Amino acid sequence: MDLFEHQAQELFARHGVPVSRNRVASTPEEAEAAAAEIGGRVVVKAQVKTGGRGKAGGVRLADGPAQAREVARAILGMDIKGHTVHKVLVTEASEIVDEYYVALLLDRAERAFLAMASRQGGVDIEQVAADNPEALARLHVDPAQGLDAATAGRLVADAGLPDEVRADVAGILVRLWDVFRNEDATLVEINPLARLADGSVRALDGKVTLDDNARFRHPEHAAFVDVGAADPLETRAAEKHLNYVKLDGQVGVIGNGAGLVMSTLDVVAYAGEEFGGVRPANFLDIGGGASAEVMADGLEIILGDPDVRSVFVNVFGGITACDAVADGIVRAVGLLTVRGETITKPLVVRLDGNNAAQGRRILADAALDGVRVVDTMDGAARLAAELAGKGA
Amino acid sequence: MAIFLTEKSRVLVQGITGTEGTKHTRRMVAAGTNIVAGVTPGKGGQHVDAIPVFDSCAEAVRATGADVSVVFVPPRFAKAAVIEAIDAGLGLVVVLTEGIPVHDTATFWAYARATGNRTRIIGPNCPGLISPGQSNAGIIPADITKRGRIGLVSKSGTLTYQLMYELRDFGFSTCVGIGGDPIVGTTHIDCLQAFEDDPETDAIVMIGEIGGDAEERAAAYIREHIRKPVVGYIAGFTAPPGKTMGHAGAIISGSSGTALAKQEALEAVGVRVGRTPSETAALMRETLLAR
Repeated sequence: MDLFEHQAQELFARHGVPVSRNRVASTPEEAEAAAAEIGGRVVVKAQVKTGGRGKAGGVRLADGPAQAREVARAILGMDIKGHTVHKVLVTEASEIVDEYYVALLLDRAERAFLAMASRQGGVDIEQVAADNPEALARLHVDPAQGLDAATAGRLVADAGLPDEVRADVAGILVRLWDVFRNEDATLVEINPLARLADGSVRALDGKVTLDDNARFRHPEHAAFVDVGAADPLETRAAEKHLNYVKLDGQVGVIGNGAGLVMSTLDVVAYAGEEFGGVRPANFLDIGGGASAEVMADGLEIILGDPDVRSVFVNVFGGITACDAVADGIVRAVGLLTVRGETITKPLVVRLDGNNAAQGRRILADAALDGVRVVDTMDGAARLAAELAGKGA
Repeated sequence: MAIFLTEKSRVLVQGITGTEGTKHTRRMVAAGTNIVAGVTPGKGGQHVDAIPVFDSCAEAVRATGADVSVVFVPPRFAKAAVIEAIDAGLGLVVVLTEGIPVHDTATFWAYARATGNRTRIIGPNCPGLISPGQSNAGIIPADITKRGRIGLVSKSGTLTYQLMYELRDFGFSTCVGIGGDPIVGTTHIDCLQAFEDDPETDAIVMIGEIGGDAEERAAAYIREHIRKPVVGYIAGFTAPPGKTMGHAGAIISGSSGTALAKQEALEAVGVRVGRTPSETAALMRETLLAR
C-alpha cells in the first residue's frame, strides 16, 4: 500500500525523523484554520499518490490563513494525472538552502535492502541515476544488522553531502531505517531532505510503501487505507476476500492462479484485436479451491460491472479437479438465480487439466442458458472476445 | 537425475498436522515422495498416517536423515520455521506459504547466506517442485505429466500446470515453481544453470511475469551460460502500472517490470517467447522435434 505524503510524515514523526509542522485539511476552511494554527507563511500541498503535483499546480505558497483558504479551494478537487485531490497538507514554509535525497528500499535482485543517498535532491531521482549515476550513493543493508550510524555515515560521505550536514543526515537515515523496519515498509523515501536557513535538516516530502503481507502485525495500518478511492467493485470484491482488479475492458475474466489469470487477460486482449479492440474488464483470481460459493461471488462481482459484455471462466484443474469446478459453476449459477441475479451475459468456460472431460460433460448436461464450453484457452478467449465485440 | 529433488530425497513436512499440511502430505506420498517425517512444535510423538511427527527439525533430521523440508506453516510463523530448517542442516527448504512479510523473507534469506548457503530455499509463495515419477515436494498435481526431458521454471503455479499439461506427452525432468513474491530464495537463473548441468534435461521452459527484473537478468545469463534451448513465456502484458496482480511481486512500478521489457530482453538473446501458453508449448514442441 502506497501512503499519502501526510501519512508518511506521520510515520516519520513517530520515529523521530524531523518534519515541518503540518496539518491535513479536507476543506478550504480547514486549511485556513490549519494555517492560523501553524502561523506565518505556509505551503499548501495536494495529497495525491502520484508524482508531478508541483508542475500540475498542486503545491502553492500562502502568506497567511486567508490566502491558504483560497489556495486550498483551488487545489481541492483538482485532477492530477487521473487522481482527484481530496485533501491538502498545510505545512510551515521554510527557507531552503540545500536539497538532498535519501531512501531505503527493497532490492529484489540482491534479495536484500538498499540504502541510497544523493546530494542532488528535489529533482527526479531516476533522472539523476540515469544521467549521473555516481551522484547516487548506494549501500546494501543486512536485514539482521540494520543500518547503524557508522554505516549511514559512510553512505552520506560517499554521496558527497556537505560536511556540516553529514552527522544530521546519517542520524536521519538511522531513524528512517526504524520506519522501514518497524513499519514493515518496502520503500521509504525523502525527496527533498532539506537543509534550512536555520541549519536544521528536515524531510519536506515523504513517500512510503507498506507491505500488505505484514498487515497482521500492524492493525494500526488499517487507518491508512484510502477507502473512498477504491473502485466500488474492488471494494465489494475485497469484502468477499476476492483477489480482483478492475480494468477498463469488456470481457469479464475469472480464473484460478495469479499467473494464469494474468495470462488470460493477455490472451483475451490478443483475441480482442480482431473484434474491435475488445479488452479484459478485470483481473479475478479465485484461487486453487474454486468452490461454488467463491465462483458465485466472483460471477456476481463481474456481472455487476456494467462494462462487461461477456465472461470468460478459465480454469485449470490442478488440485481441484475440473468436475468439481464444473459442479461449482452449475451451483454458482443456481446460487445467483436464488440471489435474484439473472445471467444475461454470455459465459464462455474453458476447463482443462484434471478430469476435464468429466467437467465438460457436467456443463453440457446442465445445459445452462448462455454458457458455452470451449476446449482450449486460446479458442475460448477468441469466442469471449467475439461475443463482447458483438455486444457493442 | 533431475534437479534439486530426486527419488533419493528424504522429505519432511513442517506444519504436517495442519489441514493443508496433512492433505498435501497424503498427495505427495501418493505421488511417490519419500516422506520420512513431520514437524509440528508440541506434537512430537504423534503420527500422521504412518509418518512420525517431531517437535523440531533438528530432532526429525537426527532420527530420519531428512534432507528436504516442505513448509506449510502460516505466515506469522514462517520465518522461525525456515530458520529452524536452516539450523537443522536441511539442504533444500521449499516454502509454500503465501503472505509472508518481505522483511521476514529477507531475514531468513540473509540468515541462509550468513550460515554459508548450505540450504537452498525455494519460494516463498510457490507451489513447490516436482520431478515426475521420482518425487514431489509441494502442491503441484503429480498426475498431469510423466517423467521426461524438459525442465521448467516458473513464477506461477497454474501456468506451470498449464505448460506441463500442454507438453504432457513429452514429460519433464523437473518443474520448479519459484514463487511470485518480490524476494524468492531460488531464481530463474539458479534453475537455468541447474538444468544446463543436468544430463537428463534437453530443453528448458522459462515462465515469467511482470515485476522486478529477474527475467532480464535471466536473459543476460542465458546469453553467457546456457547452451540448451530455452523457450519463454511472460504473463502480464495487459496489467496496468501500480496494481498488484495477485502475486505480491507482480507489480509494474513506474516504467520498470513490464512484460514487454522482459519479452524483448529474452528475444534479444535468442529465446523464443510465445504469445500464449499454447503457443509457448508449440514452440517447445518444435524445438524438441527439430533436434
